[in-house]
Amino acid sequence: MGEFAMGQPVARFEDPRLLRGGGRYIDDLVLPNMAHGYVLRSPHAHAKILSIDTSAAQKLPGVLAVLTGQDWADSTFADLPTATGRKRRDGTPMYRPPFPGLVKDRVRYVGDCVAFVVAKTIAQAMEAAELIEIDYEPLPAITSTADAILPDAPRVWEETPDNIHFVHTEGDKAATDAAFAKAHHIAKQRLVLTRVTAASMETRGAVGDYDAAADRYTIYSPLQRALVFRAELMTTLRVPESKIRVVAGDIGGSFGMKSGVFNEVGIVLLASKIVGRPVKWISTRSDSFLCDAHGRDNVTDVELALDKDGKFLGMRVKTIAAVGSYTQPGSESGPVGNLGTLAGVYTTPAIDVDVTAVFTNTNPMRPYRGNGRPEAAYVVERIIDVAADEMGIDPVELRRRNLIPPEAMPYKTALSFKIDCGEFEKNMDMALVMGDYAGFEARRAAARKRGKLRGIGVSNSIERAAAPGFEGSEIRFDRTGSVTVLSGAVTQGQGHETAFKQIVCDDLGVSPNDVHYLQGDTDQVFFGEGTGGSRTAGIGGSALKMATTKIIDKAKKIASHMMKVDDVECVEGLLTSRSSNRSMTMKEIAKASLDPKNLPVGMEAGLNASAVYTAHVQNYPNGTHVCEVEIDEETGQVELVEYNVVDDVGNVINPLLLKGQIYGGVAQGVGQILMEEIRFDPESGQNLSGSFMDYAMPRAEHFPHITVKSSPVPTQTNLLGVKGAGEAGCVGAMPALANALVDAMSHLGVKHIEMPATPERVWRTMEAAKAARA
Amino acid sequence: MINVTMTVNGREMTGEVEARTLLVQFLRDHLRLTGTHVGCDTTQCGCCIVHVDGKAMKSCTMLAVQAQGKAITTIEGLAAKDGTLHPMQQAFRDNHALQCGYCTPGMVMMGIDIARRLPDADEATIRHQLEGNICRCTGYQGIVEAIKSASAVLNGKQEGGSHA
Repeated sequence: MGEFAMGQPVARFEDPRLLRGGGRYIDDLVLPNMAHGYVLRSPHAHAKILSIDTSAAQKLPGVLAVLTGQDWADSTFADLPTATGRKRRDGTPMYRPPFPGLVKDRVRYVGDCVAFVVAKTIAQAMEAAELIEIDYEPLPAITSTADAILPDAPRVWEETPDNIHFVHTEGDKAATDAAFAKAHHIAKQRLVLTRVTAASMETRGAVGDYDAAADRYTIYSPLQRALVFRAELMTTLRVPESKIRVVAGDIGGSFGMKSGVFNEVGIVLLASKIVGRPVKWISTRSDSFLCDAHGRDNVTDVELALDKDGKFLGMRVKTIAAVGSYTQPGSESGPVGNLGTLAGVYTTPAIDVDVTAVFTNTNPMRPYRGNGRPEAAYVVERIIDVAADEMGIDPVELRRRNLIPPEAMPYKTALSFKIDCGEFEKNMDMALVMGDYAGFEARRAAARKRGKLRGIGVSNSIERAAAPGFEGSEIRFDRTGSVTVLSGAVTQGQGHETAFKQIVCDDLGVSPNDVHYLQGDTDQVFFGEGTGGSRTAGIGGSALKMATTKIIDKAKKIASHMMKVDDVECVEGLLTSRSSNRSMTMKEIAKASLDPKNLPVGMEAGLNASAVYTAHVQNYPNGTHVCEVEIDEETGQVELVEYNVVDDVGNVINPLLLKGQIYGGVAQGVGQILMEEIRFDPESGQNLSGSFMDYAMPRAEHFPHITVKSSPVPTQTNLLGVKGAGEAGCVGAMPALANALVDAMSHLGVKHIEMPATPERVWRTMEAAKAARA
Repeated sequence: MINVTMTVNGREMTGEVEARTLLVQFLRDHLRLTGTHVGCDTTQCGCCIVHVDGKAMKSCTMLAVQAQGKAITTIEGLAAKDGTLHPMQQAFRDNHALQCGYCTPGMVMMGIDIARRLPDADEATIRHQLEGNICRCTGYQGIVEAIKSASAVLNGKQEGGSHA
C-alpha cells in the first residue's frame, strides 16, 4: 500500500501555502482601477421607503455612483433567483416574493439592501453613505417564528396574509394516528431550535468586473458551487451562461452559508457595469450579522408513542420553520430536505411530519452545517430521553430495544430513508465503552462532592449524504509529465486538495509535487455541482476515480503499443509487462503520448481524461456521541468534560481530515447548545446579537479533548465506499449535549432545557425546578 | 498624511498613512502582506495577530503610527529563507490544525507567543491563552496539540519533525 493510499493520514498539501500567508481570499484580491462599494442597509425591520435623496452623497469627492432600488429596477438585470416548487396546505403554489438586489419602496428586515455607494476608497463610500437621506415610515414587524402564524401577526408580504410560505407533510398520518391510539405511553415535548449564524471567519465579499468590450461578467466571490452559481446568476444577468465567469478563490469557511446568489453579487456586477471599473464589496463582521443568511430556527412539537416495553410505535412531529423575509433556491431545503433523519436508527413503524414554513421580518435563511439534519436528530434523540425518563428506563436501554439490526439491511424507515448499511448497536457499544458509560455513576457521585452536577448524554444519529447528483473531474498531463487536477467540487476548508491528490498519486504513481489542484473557476472547470451536503468524497471522489481509471486504461494501451506486449498491468502508476520484464512510469507514458509514433493508430494524443460521476442514491453516515458535562450548581456554569464519538462514514480516505471534520462539527453543535443565538428584539425587530461581543462564539477553552473512532461499514453506493463526513459531527453533538445537560439536572426535576444553555438559563432552570418541588 | 517607518519581516518599510490607518491596513493595503487577516471589527477573533517587537498584538487594534520604529513580524516572515517552515507552522501542518486557513496566521502568531511566555503550558493553559482567537473549523483540537508540540521544540525539549 502506497503512502497516499486510502486510509493514510497524509498531512495536507494545501497547508504550506496557507501557513505562509499565501491564501488568496476575496479581500486579498486587488484588480487594476478597482473601486470600493458600501451597502447602506435598512435600520428598520419593516418600513415603507417614502423617499431617498442621494444628491449630497453623489457630490462627495471620490464618489463614482450611488445606486438605489430605482437603479436596480431600471437596469437590464432581473431580480435574484428565488425558491421554487413547494405548495401551501390547500395545494396552491407557494408565493415567491420578488428578491431585488436593492429594494425600492419597502424594507423587510434590519439589513435589507437600500443603497450602494461606489467610491475610489471604502472610506469615501462609507462617508457618502452617511449623507444619504431616507424617509422611512416604520411598520409593525414580526420576528418570532412561533408567532408568525398568529392571526394578528404583522404581514411580511401582503400576498401571504397568514405569513405561510409553504406546507410540507411526510410519512403516514393514518398509520401514526392508529399507533398512538394503542400506545401505552406518549412522551411529548416542545423543542425550540434557535437561530444561529455560520460566522465563517472570512466574511462574505465579492468583486464584480464587467468587461464592456467582450460584454462579459466576472464575479469573484467565495462560494460553494461555482457552476451551479453561474447558472443561477444567469437568470439575474439575463445573458447566456458562457458570458459569465465565476471565480471562487480560497474560501475562509462557509458551512452552507456562502451558497446562494446574494444581493451584493448582483449589486457589484451592476455597479461595475455602470462605473466601468471592477467594484469590490467586503462585509465587515458587524455587517455580516445583519446581512448573512442565518440557519436553523424552528419550533417543533414532538410526540413519541411507546408500548409497555418501550418499543416505539409511532412519532408525530409538527414544525413551524422560519424562511426569513426573502427566499433563495435551496432555502426551502432546511425545513424539509432532511426530515428523514427524524426516523433515526430506529424501527419506529409510523411517523407523521407536518412542517409549516413562515415568513418573518428577519434575514433570509440558508443551509447551515447539516441543513435540517442536526435539527431532526435533536428532535428524535431528545424525545427518546424524555420518554426514557418518564418510563423509568435507562436511555441507552430504550435505544437498544428499538435499533435497526444489521441483518435487517437494506432497511426502509417510516420516512424517506432506504438505509443500505450500518451497524448501529456496534457504534453505540463502542462509544459507551470509550465514554465508560458503565462507570458514570461513580463520576457523578464524585462530582457531587465537589459541588458539581455531572450528567451524561448519548445520541445516535444518521443522515443522508451525497444526495443524488453528479460531479465532474478532469486530469491533464502536460508535456513534461506533471499534472493538473480539476474538480467541480469547491473546498471551503475540508481538504479536497489533499483527498484528491491522494487518489491521483496513489492510482497514477505521480509525486504530489508534480500535481496542481484547481477548482472554483468556471472558465477552467468543465462540469460539476460543487460542495455541500457531505457529497464531495463520495461523488467528487468517484468522479476522480473514473478519470484515473480512464488514464490508466489509455496508458496501458500506449505502453502495450510501445513495448510490443499484451500483458501490461498498472500498479500504483507503474506500467509493467511481466513477459518482457519491462516497465514504464506514468510520467514517461505522458511524455511519450505526444509523439505520434508511440500511439496506436486512431488514438488521440496526450494523456488527459475527464469524467462525470452520477450518484443515483444517497449514502447514510451514522454514529454515536457520548458526552459528559459538569454544572456548577451555584452559578449555572456548564463545563463540557468528556466527549467521545464513534462514526461510520464508510471507508476513510484520510483519518486526519475525517477527524478534523468531526471535531469542527461537534464544536458547532456545542456552540448552538451552550452559547450561540441570533436574537431579535420582539418590539423593534432589531438584531441584538450583531457582533462577536454579543454573539457568543465557542472558544478553545470550552472544549475537552474529543476522541473520535471510526467503525466503517463501507457503502456500495459509490466507487470509493465512502459516506459523507462533513456534517456528521454537528448532527450528533446537539442532542448528545442537550441530553447530558438534562441528565445532570434531572434529580432536581428538570425535564428539558432550551438552547442556548447559558449559565443564567441553567441557573434559572434549576431554581424553577427546585421551587416547583418545594 | 503621516510618514511611518517600521521594520517588517526584517526589512525597513516606509509609507504615508492617514492618522486613522490601522496597522493591519498598512500591512495588507500598503505593503500587500495579505497573510494577516481581518475576521471581526471588535478585537475578538485574533485573525490579525502579528508580533510587535516580539510580542503578539492584534494589528486591527493598533494604529500604523503606533508601530513607528518598531519591528513587526507577520506570518509571511516566519519561514526560513530556504522555505523551511517555522516549527509552529510545521506543527500546525502535522497536527491538522487548520482547515479553511483564515484564522491560521493569527493562531500561529499567538501560538509562538504562548510558547515564548509559557514554555511549560499544559493543554488547559493553552486553551485559556487562546481566548482571544476564534476558529470556526477545527474545534481547536489540532491547534492546541500543535502549539503544545511546537512549544516543546521551540523550548528545546524535543526535536522538530514531520510525519508528513
